[in-house]
Amino acid sequence: MTTTPIASPTSRGQRRRRPSAWHLVLIPTAILMAAPLLWTLVTSLSSEADTHRFPPRLPTSLHWGNFAQVWTSSPFAHWLLNSTVVSVSCVASNLILCTFAGYAFARLQFPGSRVIFIAVLATLMVPFQVVMIPTLVIVKDLHLVDTLPALIVPNLATPFGVYLLRQFFRTLPTELEEAAIIDGAGRTRIVTRVLLPLMGPPLSTVAVLTFLSVWNDFLWPLVVTSSPNVMTVQLGLATFQSAHHTDWPVLMAATLISQLPVLALFIVGQRYFVRSIATTGIK
Amino acid sequence: MTVTSQDRRRRHRPPTILPPARRTTPGPSKWRGAAWSRRRSEAFTGYAMIAPGVLLIGVFGLIPVVWSLIISFQANDLQTPPQWVGTANYHQLFQDPVFRASIQHTLVYTALFVPITLMLSLLTAAALNRRIRGIVLYRTAVFVPVVTSTIATGVIFTWLMDPTYGLINTALSKLGLPTFQFFQSPDQALYAVVIMTVWGWVGFGTLIFLAGLQGTPRDLIEAAQVDGCSRRGAFWRIELPLLRPVTGFLVVWLTINSLQLFDEVYATTKGGPLHSTTVVVYYIYDQAFQFFKAGYAAAIATVLFVVIALITLIQLRLTRDPATGGEQ
Repeated sequence: MTTTPIASPTSRGQRRRRPSAWHLVLIPTAILMAAPLLWTLVTSLSSEADTHRFPPRLPTSLHWGNFAQVWTSSPFAHWLLNSTVVSVSCVASNLILCTFAGYAFARLQFPGSRVIFIAVLATLMVPFQVVMIPTLVIVKDLHLVDTLPALIVPNLATPFGVYLLRQFFRTLPTELEEAAIIDGAGRTRIVTRVLLPLMGPPLSTVAVLTFLSVWNDFLWPLVVTSSPNVMTVQLGLATFQSAHHTDWPVLMAATLISQLPVLALFIVGQRYFVRSIATTGIK
Repeated sequence: MTVTSQDRRRRHRPPTILPPARRTTPGPSKWRGAAWSRRRSEAFTGYAMIAPGVLLIGVFGLIPVVWSLIISFQANDLQTPPQWVGTANYHQLFQDPVFRASIQHTLVYTALFVPITLMLSLLTAAALNRRIRGIVLYRTAVFVPVVTSTIATGVIFTWLMDPTYGLINTALSKLGLPTFQFFQSPDQALYAVVIMTVWGWVGFGTLIFLAGLQGTPRDLIEAAQVDGCSRRGAFWRIELPLLRPVTGFLVVWLTINSLQLFDEVYATTKGGPLHSTTVVVYYIYDQAFQFFKAGYAAAIATVLFVVIALITLIQLRLTRDPATGGEQ
């Protein structure tokens, strides 16, 4: 703490004596917001009989078997693996492709760059539902329907990633690159050697938001896949729901498993998530 | 995300490291040739760098827009060769009672979801914008729904809103309040969807408002307090007006997203009961992939696109408001 010695004891002392009245607002708010997920956890550890009791109450013993049942009665592990493969591929590809495109739009002069950039930005306005049907036709023509590449290819490069990195490169001083140019370095070398160390914040934003949107995507996997071994975890969860629609403990265990990777990432990197969403306004 | 006004106004060239060739002092022809070849090689590098990303975005983001418009003039089941039907799909739209109902449901949903989410987000952000013990815990509780997937949200709320064994009805009956049928009643299902999605989005709104509040210069508030303004007065008179651009952004963003509602409906009601939660995008999905009428679905998608594009353009106009200096 670097507070001044005069200010710190009084303000601290006051805080000790009289807790802020805002707790009275914040505690109910936090409980209300956390309740759905906490109740999911409680249910996932109950027996089926517990959930058909009125009024509901906390389980008398913990039924970890629900999680085991999810694991054995459906290819959940496979769905998690599929989601991981799809999300990680999309993140990696976006980081590379958007970096180079963003750099070129920010720094290089070539005929048509402005028009092309505006065309890229315009696609940001297009809701996925509008392009869904032709995209399916394209994927069909590529013979990729019901394969993992069908889930990856349309998300390999996103306009928002290009936009974000282009804006970032424009904020960097050009002096950094001038020295490298005089030393005879090519543009690719400048991006990968000189600028890469500075790109932590924008790249983490692109990574977090791409991961989140691909991992949680539902409509496209629903449209383009049908066999269980190609499903992502969100689609798997929806399928699981229709198969076990009244077995609440097992269904809640499945829901928790499906959310675990993202929740774990969120709790570890909350700062990155919050900053990424706050600076770009994207969920 | 949308094009910022800043981009539209910056019509000058992108900053380059080396000055453009024609601005260099005229030298021997050898040097002019070198400058020209440097520019040519820069252009080549530029195209090479943007090519993979731009081609992918073009193929999956731009071409399908035109293609979708073309499909909307066809009878197309995505299997057999399509037939041209002119504007028949659009004529059918205006006579389709389910389509009209889906628009009505979408509008009712949006009219409830946007203001409720906005108000709750603002209040939550105002409450969270202080340094008190345990604030990290409160913020985590509010933000966690942001990363919870739409399908998980749907599955969880189907359980919470179960008429007999659900937590919400139990809590209501313990408090002596009336209980509800929620997703199982045609009269209540749409409102249940509103409650569920508000839970899913309040964290997002709070996050955006909180970032806006933390961007308010502290000395502005301190100056007001020196002049005898209360802390609460400073919130209503200074911080809230400064949040206007953030609020504008959120209104548009929430509206666009609520017009695209699909996942949560799929996971809870599948458009029922009795079509009471069939929203526009759910109807597109139903027509294209349940009834294999992709041409008709594309016509609905075109209408949706026009509406969303109009809202986005209005936002661009508003954010160029001269009173705020054109900044967002």
